[in-house]
Amino acid sequence: MELRHFKSLAASGALLAAGVANTGQASATELTLCWAAWDPANALVELSKDFEAKSGIKMKYEFVPWPNFADRMLNELNSGGKLCDLMIGDSQWIGGAAENGQYVKLNDFFDKEGIKMSDFIPATVVGYAEWPKNSPNYWALPAFGDVVGWSYRKDWFARPELQAEFKSKYGRDLAVPKTFAELKDIAEFFQKREIDGKTVYGAAIYTERGSEGITMGAMDVLYSFGFEYQNPDKPYELEGYVNSAKAVQGLEFYKALYDCCTPPGHSDAYMSEDIDAYKSGQVALHMNFAFTWPGINADANVGGEKSGYFPNPAGPDGVAFAQLGGQGISVVAASEKQDDALAYIKWFAQPDIQQKWWQMGGYSALRKVVEDPGFATSQPYAQTFLDSMAIVKDFWAEPSYASLLQAAQKRFHDYVVAGQGSAQDAFDGLVKDWTQIFDDEGKY
Amino acid sequence: MLKSTVDRVAGATPHAIAKRVRRLSDRALAWLFVAPSIVLLLAVNIFPLIWTVRLSFTNFRVNRPNAEVQFIGLKNYLSILSDKDIWLTMQATAHFLIWTIVLQVLIGFSLAYLINKKFRGNDLWTTIIVLPMMLSPAVVGNFWTFLYQPQIGLFNYAVGFLTGADPSSFSMIGDVSLAPWAIIIVDTWMWTPFVMLICLAGLRSIPSSIYEAAECDRASKWRQFWTITIPLVLPFLMLAVLFRGIENFKMFDLVVQLTGGGPGSITELTSINLKREAFEKWRTGYASAYAVILFVTVFGLASIYVKALNKVKQR
Repeated sequence: MELRHFKSLAASGALLAAGVANTGQASATELTLCWAAWDPANALVELSKDFEAKSGIKMKYEFVPWPNFADRMLNELNSGGKLCDLMIGDSQWIGGAAENGQYVKLNDFFDKEGIKMSDFIPATVVGYAEWPKNSPNYWALPAFGDVVGWSYRKDWFARPELQAEFKSKYGRDLAVPKTFAELKDIAEFFQKREIDGKTVYGAAIYTERGSEGITMGAMDVLYSFGFEYQNPDKPYELEGYVNSAKAVQGLEFYKALYDCCTPPGHSDAYMSEDIDAYKSGQVALHMNFAFTWPGINADANVGGEKSGYFPNPAGPDGVAFAQLGGQGISVVAASEKQDDALAYIKWFAQPDIQQKWWQMGGYSALRKVVEDPGFATSQPYAQTFLDSMAIVKDFWAEPSYASLLQAAQKRFHDYVVAGQGSAQDAFDGLVKDWTQIFDDEGKY
Repeated sequence: MLKSTVDRVAGATPHAIAKRVRRLSDRALAWLFVAPSIVLLLAVNIFPLIWTVRLSFTNFRVNRPNAEVQFIGLKNYLSILSDKDIWLTMQATAHFLIWTIVLQVLIGFSLAYLINKKFRGNDLWTTIIVLPMMLSPAVVGNFWTFLYQPQIGLFNYAVGFLTGADPSSFSMIGDVSLAPWAIIIVDTWMWTPFVMLICLAGLRSIPSSIYEAAECDRASKWRQFWTITIPLVLPFLMLAVLFRGIENFKMFDLVVQLTGGGPGSITELTSINLKREAFEKWRTGYASAYAVILFVTVFGLASIYVKALNKVKQR
């Protein structure tokens, strides 16, 4: 069979499925929601009981652990699978899912139901819902706001003997760092220190190789050092931006932080490894997405007053940015239950449901929730969440994001963890890789 | 008189069917019986192989259903063969392959030689030794990551205990120079018993009369070992090398669990690299060409090896 025949057959099948989806919209008795397997997903299960009670639709869930989440779900989308009716997909998937017709465009639905994107935090709308970016084309409703920030051992910082020692060594108080240079000083100060008879270390940062870990961690730091993905005036022009002197300085800093101040064996750590290192009392500083903060706050070992939270400190030029996380909720185009899936989104967008979502541990992206006067003091980490969400940047969300991400994973891990080559080599290589990918995409 | 089962089944066959079957030749009947297997083989092995070869000459990407698929000739093949990074993964695979085979053959044969001697608890020891190969590679990979943990891992503790080094001063899976050995150690731990069992079968197939004749001729144990044991066990050893070679060429699960291909790309074997191209970057055409190159390599090497094995057997 010729490939084009095979493709046309597949396309016919997809059209047929779409036709069925648009015409045969009998009320579903079950909806399947696909997301990552993590704490917020458990909160969403609880929250969705309200939808089940009101709609009579039973919710089913397909939650996949983070390291396999993208593989599993992108396979599902690419194969036109009908497992998921609703997808809470990663922000970077939006370009591919929109261009390949895997998500349903939601503009008409939003207009009909009076759902306004201006009601949501602007960064989450751009990051989770829009494709092309900064255009009013919406493919998702911002579902879970997330951003990389830091938690730290407030109780250790408060110890008088450590305060005194730190001040004598660095000439300033042991306090939340204002710059990345200060952060490294603190991490070095705690590295291999004996506290309560136990050896502790400086910082748990992202170094994972397999999925997206080291890229999320490195980018989180690089933005504040001046890294740019492209020429702001000429899209896809990378030379001199990706591999700028400031970017090189940022990556050298990240490697120095890895070399000096991480716990032994921290060469392949992402969200769960970092949270384990922090909760077990191994590290003073902990880089992670904000979703981990409710769990830290409630933890018997490090929770409550023992931990504090702060957004990314500033880079050498005094500016601070943070890596965006989080996801939007979309209706899968291959689903045969699109009307019911849209009903779920309508229910989820309601302000009172968004308020409950925040109370149950989900980071609502609705401005009415986060701009409420009581929000910032509602949880110890709420203000840090707001501050961090105000400074976000995100990785490429192009249809070729997976290739772009894998190239970054390799270049960063080769340099930061394996110590091969220089930071300049890593970025020059990355420019070459990304240029090739965009060239294949016909961007030049 | 009692009828046999065959007679009873034949008698119960409807006349029309019996008549049709009677007309079939032996050859046709044989084809009838093997047809289901052949159809299955064609569907799950041959068709995908041909389809993969077909895709390898295109720029097809499975995640771009709307993009035009172009025939690009040998571009994928040339691109792969001239890619420095792919040659590095080939080197990593060769390093892993050679060292695991050498260690597994040496240790496996030595264990088989010892187990072949009659001693008390022989069966118990055999059972204990073969336990690792009964475990799932994913499970083995996972628990060895704990054993290799610098702070709490038993492996690091044991090395520290024996050498006096600080157990947390080295990371088997995080250090560029140690990580390739970390995966070799685990694979050797897991699969040496397999080589041992094959060697044991070889050792037990040697008739004792040959050794008795050698004793009569006053041949030393050393000479018996080199002139009787090794030549007669060699075909078995070569078979074990073939099995382990093919298995380790496509090694994936164990290494992914242990190192994920890191640190950097130091333990990124070809199978891991291929998976990333096919199912993370979604370069389907490119990955198909990559798979074809690996298939031809394994098939070619295995064919040469099997010929050598047959020659050894004929001696």
